[in-house]
Amino acid sequence: MSRVGHNIHVSVDRLRQLAHRDGRPRRIKADAGTCPKCDSHYSADEMRRNLRVCPACGHHFAVTARERMEQLGEPGGYVELWPELRASDPLQFTDLKPYTERIVDAEKSTGMGEAIVCAQLEVRHQPAVAAVMDFTFMGGSMGAVVGEKLARACDYAASEGLPLIVVTASGGARMQEGTLALMQMAKTVIALDALADARVPVVVVLAHPTTGGVWASFASLGDVTYAEPGALIAFSGPRVIEETTREVLPDDFGRAEAQLRNGQVDAVVDRRELAERIGRVLHILSRPPGDDASTAAPALQWAQGGAQKVGEAVQALPSLPRKMMDRIRPGSTDGEDAGDTPA
Amino acid sequence: MTDRKQGGRFVRKVADKVRRGPEPQDEDLWERVQLARHAERPYTLDYINRLCSDFEELHGDRYYADDAAMVAGFGRYHDHPVAFIGQQKGRDTNERTYRNFGMAGPEGYRKAMRVMEVANRLGMPVVTLIDTPGAFPGASAEERGQGGAISRSIQMMWRLDVPTVAVVIGEGSSGGALGLGVADRVLMLENSTYSVISPEGASAILWRDASKAKLAAQAFKPTAANCYRWGVVDAVVPEPEGGAHTDHEQAAEILDQYLSRALAELGAMSPADRRRARRERFRKLGPLRDPEGGMGMATGRETPPPG
Ligand SMILES: [Zn+2]
Repeated sequence: MSRVGHNIHVSVDRLRQLAHRDGRPRRIKADAGTCPKCDSHYSADEMRRNLRVCPACGHHFAVTARERMEQLGEPGGYVELWPELRASDPLQFTDLKPYTERIVDAEKSTGMGEAIVCAQLEVRHQPAVAAVMDFTFMGGSMGAVVGEKLARACDYAASEGLPLIVVTASGGARMQEGTLALMQMAKTVIALDALADARVPVVVVLAHPTTGGVWASFASLGDVTYAEPGALIAFSGPRVIEETTREVLPDDFGRAEAQLRNGQVDAVVDRRELAERIGRVLHILSRPPGDDASTAAPALQWAQGGAQKVGEAVQALPSLPRKMMDRIRPGSTDGEDAGDTPA
Repeated sequence: MTDRKQGGRFVRKVADKVRRGPEPQDEDLWERVQLARHAERPYTLDYINRLCSDFEELHGDRYYADDAAMVAGFGRYHDHPVAFIGQQKGRDTNERTYRNFGMAGPEGYRKAMRVMEVANRLGMPVVTLIDTPGAFPGASAEERGQGGAISRSIQMMWRLDVPTVAVVIGEGSSGGALGLGVADRVLMLENSTYSVISPEGASAILWRDASKAKLAAQAFKPTAANCYRWGVVDAVVPEPEGGAHTDHEQAAEILDQYLSRALAELGAMSPADRRRARRERFRKLGPLRDPEGGMGMATGRETPPPG
C-alpha cells in the first residue's frame, strides 16, 4: 500500500496523434447560417437541404431532434411517441436560475417538451424505432424524462421486434435533477437489455457532443456505433481533464476521428450518408421471412442445416470404408443403421 | 464480529437519533460533505478487513493493467464466500497518489467486472463499497474507453444472477460511483453523500465559478436521508457518534449488521425474482409530469428513513 505508483499514462498513440492537430471542438449554434470553419454563408433553406453540413468544407452543424427524424425517415415522416412527458423539479433546484425557469425557457426556445424525441419511422424502407437527443434543449442533458422515454423506446422496440436507432447529442446527466439524474444511467442501461431479449439490434449514432453520463451509459452500448465527423465523444471533457491532470491535450482530443483510432466507434459517417448507412446495416441484420428470432437462434439453425448437409454428403460417398462412414454420419448409431453395424 | 448484542443496542440508539434528527440545512450540508470525505474515515479496505475473516485481493483487468483505485477480491464473510469490490482512497500523500484519489480508470471497472463474472459463475454474492469523487478524468482513460467500461459495469451488475448489495461508504459521485451501484439493495452510511457530480465539479459548470462548491452542495442536498427519500437507497446505515472516523471498529460492526441482514433477505429470493425486483427498483426512479395523463409517476418516499 505504501508503494508509489501513478495512473497517468501517455500512450504512443497519443503522441502520434499530436501530429494530427485540427480545429478546437466547436460551439453549437442550432440555426447558424455561417460556417465557423470556412465562413461560407447559407440560407435557412440551403442549410436544411444540405442536412446542415457545409458543402464547402464538410463541417457538421447541430441538428434538432425533429429535423434529424426528417433526415432519417421516409418522406411519409415519423410518428412521435410520448411527446407529452415533462420534467419535474424534485430538488427545487436553483443555480444561477431556478430549474423550473430553465425548463420553461427551453420549451419556449426549442418548441420541444424535452431533450429527446422518440418516434417510429422507416429508414430506407427499414422499419425502426428512433430515439434522437436534442442538444438545443438544456444541452441535451438526461433527466428523468429522457431516461423514461428512452426506456419506453427500448420496451416498445422490443415488443414490436423493431431495431432501435439512438442518436445522441448530450452533455451528460442533467445536474438540476441531482442524484435522480444519475440513476437514469442505470435505468437506460437496464432498459436496453429488452432489445437483447427480443434479439433486435441497436444502432447508436454519436453526434456532437456525447459526453459524461450519456457516453458512460446507453451511448456506449450500441451493437453498431457510428459517429458524426468532428463529434466530441468523451466521459470527461477536455477542460475537466486539463484542469485535473494538467495534461496538454491535442486539439482533436475525444473527437470522432480520434475515437475511431482508439477503437471506441465502428465508423465515422458523414451525415449525408448516414440514413443510407443505417438502412444498409439494418437490412443486413434484418431476418428473412420465416426466420423467427424467438424460436431458435440463427447459429442453431445454421448448425442444424449444416449437419443435414454433411449427412447428405456422406451418403453420397459410398466408397468410404464403412466404419469411417458410421463414425461421421449423423445419427448413424440408431435406427436402421444400427442394425447393420457389427457389435 | 465481536459482540452482536451490544452492536444491536447501539444500532437502535443511533437509528433513533437519525430518525428524530431534523432535516440538515445549508451549513450542515457542507459539513456533511466534509465528513463524507474525512481523511480518517474508514475506506474500502478498512471495512473489508473487519467484515471478512479472510480476504484474497485480486489484481489486474487481464487486458492492460492493475488499477489501484479499485480493490476487488474474494472474502470469507460469516463463513460464506462473498466478492467484495470498491474504490480505494489513500491516507497519506504517497498512498493517495498510488490510489489515484479513489478515481478508477477503465482498468478498475474491468477488474471489477472480471471478479463479478467469477462470483456469478461460482454463485457467491457481490458486495460493492462506493467511495469516489468520480471516475478518473484523463486522456489515457478516455482512449481506453472510460465511458464504455462504466456502462458495461452497470450492465454487468444488472445482469448478475447472484444477490448484490452496494454500500455508499463515503463519497459517491458521478458515473464513477454508479458503475458499482446497480444492486438489489443499495445502502448508504449516515454521513456519506451520493450525487450526480462532486460539489466542486458542479460549481465550475453550473455557477461558472470554482469557489461555489458550498452552494452546489446545498443545491444537490446529496445526503443519505434525502437519497432515502428519493428512493435511491434502501436503508441508511447509522454511524458511531461523531461519525465513522471516530471508531472504525464500531462503524464496521454496524455495517455488518445491515449487510448480513440484506444478504440473508436476498438469499431467500430466487434469481429471477431478484432480477425482476432489481429492474423495477431502478426503472421507477425519477419523477415526471404527464400533463395529459394527470400527475402520477412521481416516486420516492414521504417518510424519513427507519433505522
Ligand atoms: Zn464550411
